[in-house]
Amino acid sequence: MTHLPLDQQLLDTCAALLLLLSFAMLSQRRIVTLVNLYALQGAVLAAATLLLAWRTGEDHLYLSAALTLALKVALLPWLLHRLIRRLDVYWDTEPLLNVTGTMLAGLVIVVFAFALAQPITRLASTATRSAVGIAVSVVLLAFLMMITRRKAMSQVIGFLSMENGVFFGAMSASYGMPMVVELGVALDVLVAVLVLGVFFFQIRERFESLDLHHLESLKEHD
Amino acid sequence: MHILVHPVITPLPKLLVGCVALLLGWGAVGVAGLLRPRSVRLAGRVLFPLGALIGFALAALAVTSLLGGGIERMVLPIGLPGLPAHLRLDPLSSVFLALLGATAGGISLFAGGYFRAGQGTAPGLLGLQYHLFLASMGWVLIAADAYSFLLAWEAMALTSYFLVVTEHRRAEIRRAGLIYLLMAHVGALAILLAFGVMHGSGPFTFHAMRAAHLSAGWAAAAFLLALAGFGAKAGLVPLHVWLPEAHPAAPSPVSALMSGVMLKTAVYGMLRVALDLLGPPVWWWGLVPLALGLFTILYGALFAAVQTDMKRLLAYSSVENIGVIFTGIGLTIVFAGSGMPAVAALALLATLYHCLNHAMMKSLLFLGTGAVLHATGERNLGRLGGLIHRMPWVAWLTLIGTLAIAGLPPLNGFVSEWLLLQSFLFGDQVPHTFVNLLIPMGMAVVVLGAALAGYVMVKFYGVIFLGRPREAALEHAHDCGWLERIGLAWLALGCLALGLLPVQVIGALGRVSAQLVGAVVPQASAHGWLLAPVPGRPVSYGPAVLLTATVAVVLLTVLVVRLFFPQRVRRVSAWDCGFGALTPRMQDTAEGFGQPIRHLFQPFFEMQRELPAPGDSAPRYRIAIRERIWTLAYEPLCAAIDGLANIAARVQQGRISVYLLYSFVTLLVLLAVALLS
Repeated sequence: MTHLPLDQQLLDTCAALLLLLSFAMLSQRRIVTLVNLYALQGAVLAAATLLLAWRTGEDHLYLSAALTLALKVALLPWLLHRLIRRLDVYWDTEPLLNVTGTMLAGLVIVVFAFALAQPITRLASTATRSAVGIAVSVVLLAFLMMITRRKAMSQVIGFLSMENGVFFGAMSASYGMPMVVELGVALDVLVAVLVLGVFFFQIRERFESLDLHHLESLKEHD
Repeated sequence: MHILVHPVITPLPKLLVGCVALLLGWGAVGVAGLLRPRSVRLAGRVLFPLGALIGFALAALAVTSLLGGGIERMVLPIGLPGLPAHLRLDPLSSVFLALLGATAGGISLFAGGYFRAGQGTAPGLLGLQYHLFLASMGWVLIAADAYSFLLAWEAMALTSYFLVVTEHRRAEIRRAGLIYLLMAHVGALAILLAFGVMHGSGPFTFHAMRAAHLSAGWAAAAFLLALAGFGAKAGLVPLHVWLPEAHPAAPSPVSALMSGVMLKTAVYGMLRVALDLLGPPVWWWGLVPLALGLFTILYGALFAAVQTDMKRLLAYSSVENIGVIFTGIGLTIVFAGSGMPAVAALALLATLYHCLNHAMMKSLLFLGTGAVLHATGERNLGRLGGLIHRMPWVAWLTLIGTLAIAGLPPLNGFVSEWLLLQSFLFGDQVPHTFVNLLIPMGMAVVVLGAALAGYVMVKFYGVIFLGRPREAALEHAHDCGWLERIGLAWLALGCLALGLLPVQVIGALGRVSAQLVGAVVPQASAHGWLLAPVPGRPVSYGPAVLLTATVAVVLLTVLVVRLFFPQRVRRVSAWDCGFGALTPRMQDTAEGFGQPIRHLFQPFFEMQRELPAPGDSAPRYRIAIRERIWTLAYEPLCAAIDGLANIAARVQQGRISVYLLYSFVTLLVLLAVALLS
């Protein structure tokens, strides 16, 4: 085994943790735990950003790390917890595909993602280029989670987790996006959660449940 | 070698800048209406007259530009990145801008007195739509790249759609609006494709399109697409179906504007594409608009003859006139493509002249029906009659429009039809067998159309204004207000001027034929005031002479009658054939007047008749006439599209998971493709 520097090893550990957390989210049915896992993912992401900032000396990455910490570890989980309490949704119902099946599909997706990332890994010159595959996996796994869940709440968490993956991907491929874009995305995510919160109340008002299969009745019948 | 480099000095395009300023002025007038949207006084007494003034100024500017004969260009830094808005003012644009300004001026004056409170859309909002409609039509005429052209074109379609559905609370008006919007978009799509073909690989400016060299096949495709697109907007059969629905649905000033001006923007577009952007035209292209135009003449005239709704009748008459115009375009292309520029110029002048004429006279007639509609609340010819006594202003001014559109000299309708027939007479010299035999036969159709148009106008005018009132309520009909009178009078004056000054008008229009087909026609004979447009043939026309002679003969007759039969006028009751009481309902009706046409041309119509049985105590006669084209073409087409849409709707499951899965699978497939390639 080749000897990697310590910070590189730590970064790779962070990446591995992210992937692990994605799988954990894929299998988790308790929504409160899901939010906690999301917060944890945010924390790992912030740590990885901090490490990278220290290693490369890119100043704006410190800011990114602080932003990630504030938004994804503190603010969004707090908002989501409050929503859960007020909407009284602690559990998701049985997913559309059972957990085993979902995990297997997840495995296939990870393999696909790594295959996909190979050309980028070859081209990129960043220290974290090996993590691109993980970032793509996190995006696709979050997508898979959105597909298999019934409750709107878990889909929102899937959406947020997907954003984590995109963020990590940008960071590992090219040391982060320009600050303007990053700020914009952060704001978007925040607004999305707020708007979706309003939607949840509306949906529950209408159907007395947050289960999305009620929305099927909105289909135009012929 | 010493090369002297002159700095390129582009003189300030004064007229074009003025033109843009006036169009923006229209927009500003429209926006000002939003200050107090419910105020009829603000819109009617201030904004619409102000819009009319802008219209007159625009017309004056356009005429100046036309007489100057120059071309002005300008690039405004708005629009797409890399494609700023190109503007251009040349003789062709100027003619249509003059048409727009002069016609819109008269219509706006009328509209100032026409719109009242409580009719659907608030007056201020209506003013906004109306003035934006005007401004977008103007922008279409000066745009010189595909993007700003189509932007203005679509703005024109949308604003006019909202104007059509002013009284949107009635279901049939919403339906008419929908058909209009649909046809407008299908047409715009065809135009978009035509531009897509024409620009080749260059930028989307008209300048680049002129320079692009298309292969014969692609050029023909572009021409046919443009014909479909502009034909749909103009109302060329079989794409005319929106026209008889939308025109009656719209308020009368809007019908006048749509029929008088908007249809002409489509003619402008056709001329611009066929004779300017595509380069020298191929002769056989012209056969398509020629054939369609001739059929449209016959079709429009026949359906106009059997209508009982006065605005629908005028709508079909517009279809007929569009037929005349497209016939002229077809002839122009055939002649221009066969190396006969002088005759092509003659046909082109006839086309342009007819555009001007139709704008004036059809606007006048639509406004006349608007005044009648306001005074009586009736559009049905069967409930009108005798209005010349109650509404003398409207009746006499409308009479001028009626005579003009029927093609009677010395009014304007005659001049353009006469010019068109003169150019038809050269059809036998086209160097292609069969075609040179068939073109003169087309002349017969034009003449038949002109005769039918006269027939239709006798019915239109006679049933509405002459005879006795068919309903008691008509006794309370009142004449229109002073603003409306000025508007009507302006348009009537336009008809007279275009009829009496053909030499001058043709002289001015000659700039366009010089620009597009590279030839002018001689205007006047050696005597100066006789129009003699055909070189080497002893044909001439002098409306002033004709008018003088007519007036002299009439005066002489009156004088002779007064001199030799000096009795006073005696009034006696009419002979009632011994039947007893004659009622006003025993006059000839619109249905009765149209019956011979209905009978002669039966295959054209799809009729449903309810005839009373003998011995019926309350006999009722009802007839509904429909166009066969609905059952033959449009309904099967709609059913097919509906079926396809239902198949496509199967992907819509209503489950969010499935929709997410669609995105997911698409993403994976695209990534896999990226990976493998």
